[in-house]
Amino acid sequence: MRASANLRGMIKAAIFLLTLLVLAVAPAQAEEKRRDGLTIGITQFPSTFNPMIDSMLAKSYILAMVRRPFVTFDRDWKLVCLLCETLPTVENGGATVVTFDKGELKGRKGLRITWRIRKGAKWGDGRPVTVDDVIFAWKVGRHPQSGVAGREPFLRTVAIERIDDRTFVQVLDKLRYDYNQLVPDPMPAHLETEAFREPKEYRRRTTYDRDPANPGLYYGPYRISRIVSGSHVELVPNQTWWGKAPSFKRIVVRVIGNTAALEANLRAGGIDYAAGELGLSLDQATALQRRAANRYRFIFKAGLIYEHIDFNLDNPILKDRRVRRALAYGMDRKRMSAQLFRGLQPVADTNISPLDQVASKEVTTYPFDPKKAAALLDAAGWKRRGDGWRYNAKGERLSLSLMTTSGHRVREQVMEILQAYWRRIGIEIRLKTQPARVFFGRTVTQRQFPAMAMYAWISAPESNPRGTLHSSEIPTAKNNWSGQNFPGFHNAEMDRLIEKLEVTLTLRDRLPIWRRIQQIYAAELPVLPLYFRANPYVIPRWLAGIRPTGHQFSTTLWVEDWRAGADAKQQ
Amino acid sequence: MSAFLIRRLMQSLAVIAIMSFLVYALIGLMPGDPIDIMIASDPKLTPDDAARLRALYGLDLPIGERYWNWLSAALGGDLGFSRTHSRPVLDVMGPHLERTLLLMGISFVLSAAIAIPLGVWAAARPYSLHDYAINLFSFAGRSAPPFWLALILIFVFAVWLGWFPAGGLETIGKGGFWDRLQYLVLPVLSLTLLNVAGFTRFVRAETMAVMRLDFIRTARAKGVSERGVLTGHALRNAMIPIVTIIALDFGTLFSGALITETVFAYPGMGKMIYDSILANDFNLALVGLLFATFVTLAANIGADVAYAVLDPRIALT
Repeated sequence: MRASANLRGMIKAAIFLLTLLVLAVAPAQAEEKRRDGLTIGITQFPSTFNPMIDSMLAKSYILAMVRRPFVTFDRDWKLVCLLCETLPTVENGGATVVTFDKGELKGRKGLRITWRIRKGAKWGDGRPVTVDDVIFAWKVGRHPQSGVAGREPFLRTVAIERIDDRTFVQVLDKLRYDYNQLVPDPMPAHLETEAFREPKEYRRRTTYDRDPANPGLYYGPYRISRIVSGSHVELVPNQTWWGKAPSFKRIVVRVIGNTAALEANLRAGGIDYAAGELGLSLDQATALQRRAANRYRFIFKAGLIYEHIDFNLDNPILKDRRVRRALAYGMDRKRMSAQLFRGLQPVADTNISPLDQVASKEVTTYPFDPKKAAALLDAAGWKRRGDGWRYNAKGERLSLSLMTTSGHRVREQVMEILQAYWRRIGIEIRLKTQPARVFFGRTVTQRQFPAMAMYAWISAPESNPRGTLHSSEIPTAKNNWSGQNFPGFHNAEMDRLIEKLEVTLTLRDRLPIWRRIQQIYAAELPVLPLYFRANPYVIPRWLAGIRPTGHQFSTTLWVEDWRAGADAKQQ
Repeated sequence: MSAFLIRRLMQSLAVIAIMSFLVYALIGLMPGDPIDIMIASDPKLTPDDAARLRALYGLDLPIGERYWNWLSAALGGDLGFSRTHSRPVLDVMGPHLERTLLLMGISFVLSAAIAIPLGVWAAARPYSLHDYAINLFSFAGRSAPPFWLALILIFVFAVWLGWFPAGGLETIGKGGFWDRLQYLVLPVLSLTLLNVAGFTRFVRAETMAVMRLDFIRTARAKGVSERGVLTGHALRNAMIPIVTIIALDFGTLFSGALITETVFAYPGMGKMIYDSILANDFNLALVGLLFATFVTLAANIGADVAYAVLDPRIALT
């Protein structure tokens, strides 16, 4: 009996010691093992791997490791060449203005842009990347049945003239300031021509989805070696890559749709790094920072996701600019950002990110000033009564609705805070939420929000404001609800400025136009700017080289700079 | 029996036909379409692009015409193409179905294997200490939100103890039977705990009800042992409603456990159907839901047959 008790005690002690050993050794081993590989966690799985069909952030994120576009905005928001040798500009003579002398375009001005593909650029199967691949991509992009989402850049290109295997001239049908951002990136003509034989079937037959591990599809530092649909994508170094050799022998992009599970996987070692572009929410990351600052570096990068409230300018109350301004003065966005986002999401003054080179500081700003708000409302004829609310001369209460997407916790929180702020200046706010597909599918796109709609725009550096601010872009039943000027903003000067901006080819000449556009935006307030959303990058301390961009082009465009090692901490 | 089976089969086919239209119409009538989703993620899409893509995907046709096109193709063996996976629907569904079957199958068998003896044990000595303990466990299991339970399991067994992976399918680059099994432990445990709690309470209640009937007293009077009374008389009679519950739950074997699959990043049927509905992937959502309907109907027919086997008084005509 006594011997049996001793034996049980010894077994318990052994299990206890073994557990301690496992706990002590396992993380270290796991970390050591990981050094030649990297597992990234994201929250979305791409619907296709064809670069031209569908546009999804998850796809762009992965494809940026296996392809390189001709041009991109770099980490300092400057347009740079990745696949081309030199960025063609009007200033350096790479782009020239021409006047068409025949055909449909006769008498119109356009642009001729000379591009040269970088020497040594090859597909993963060893074939060189040539002008034929660019021409093939252009043909696919132009075809109405190929399934390509945005055809505009392809349609603006009226010809591609082949000079030699690596050099071509792109002819644009009109002057546009973003002329050197419209070049079609190459597609592997030797693998895709057959799939494109019947253009209508292209999206079903593309090699990118039928044989996605084919090395010939890729020409980046990595290539896709395996895809498990809905689960993960595996990448290995591309042997024909011409640039700096990537450091990791394997990268796995794992998809974990739920951010709480993503965090758990990060902490359990299931993933090494949660991508900022498609990863943890801001509050999750800030909470994790308090617990695990010794294991991870946290970078919070404010970017181009612009949270705002659209006013419906057909609403008789909101037609009055004084009421719109009163609403702006009546909320303390700085305090909201500090309390809700630890000040990591900068307050927006206009729709242009302060990181953008065209951002102007010479605009009207709306610091929290309830007295000014009250004065503006009084002047607009909305007087406060004993019950605390404001009424007009007809005895109608100043009451507005604020709508947003349901299930978006932060937006719902912001709504409640705004309701409280505006109550203090006598405005009644009725809150309403809708599922995203209803909200974006009808309410916003068909301008069915009675007063205010809160949501976000994803923009790009120096993004053309025509779609959201030109009066020709106001959706109506007559134009079948096309256009994205959802507030219904109509301003003749703004229209003229946008039209002028579009054909002004040098940045120096565009800057004053941009400044005036922002001044009108801030003064007229067709939209109430809130803040720019920040993406949290949770990076293990052993991983270096990741520099968030803040714009829509992924950090993975520079994946060859990522590395593990002792020097990681120096970053 | 065969007349019964043929009749039920015909009824099931009619239900599936009606369901296919209802599901198609419901998905189609929801506000927004896949192109709206594309526009929301790509502000550069022009109105012309939107109109062209709607025509290309057939979204500009009336719902009835779209359904008819789909049905004609489906009867010819073409269940359509998944827009969100860029592959034929059956190619997408196959691996998801296999994974869900594995996950739910193991959990289902384990749940039944644990819950039935546990429920009978609790019913054998009602209001005893172990009955209270089992009840407490059952109530806790039923009350625990699946999402919370899954996260707790991850934090304890993956983050804290590091015994099992937090989620996924396999160790990438490794794989193999044992490796995949490790990845199944936590999701199976999560589902089993929830199922056991529900099943146990049901088995206990049904067994206790039967234990009060006259024939049990008669069996005891005849000198049948308590074990014999429980297993040979009470449980067998209690099994009819239990089989009904199990049959109804059988459909979930194929439609999956959405929350568990989401939290454990396990790409199964539940998550697939949910994602396809949200993304307006009509074909995939429709086929996934119809498949789950079909299995539930088949399980119900199976349950009817099981009644006849369990209770000789029931005749299937």
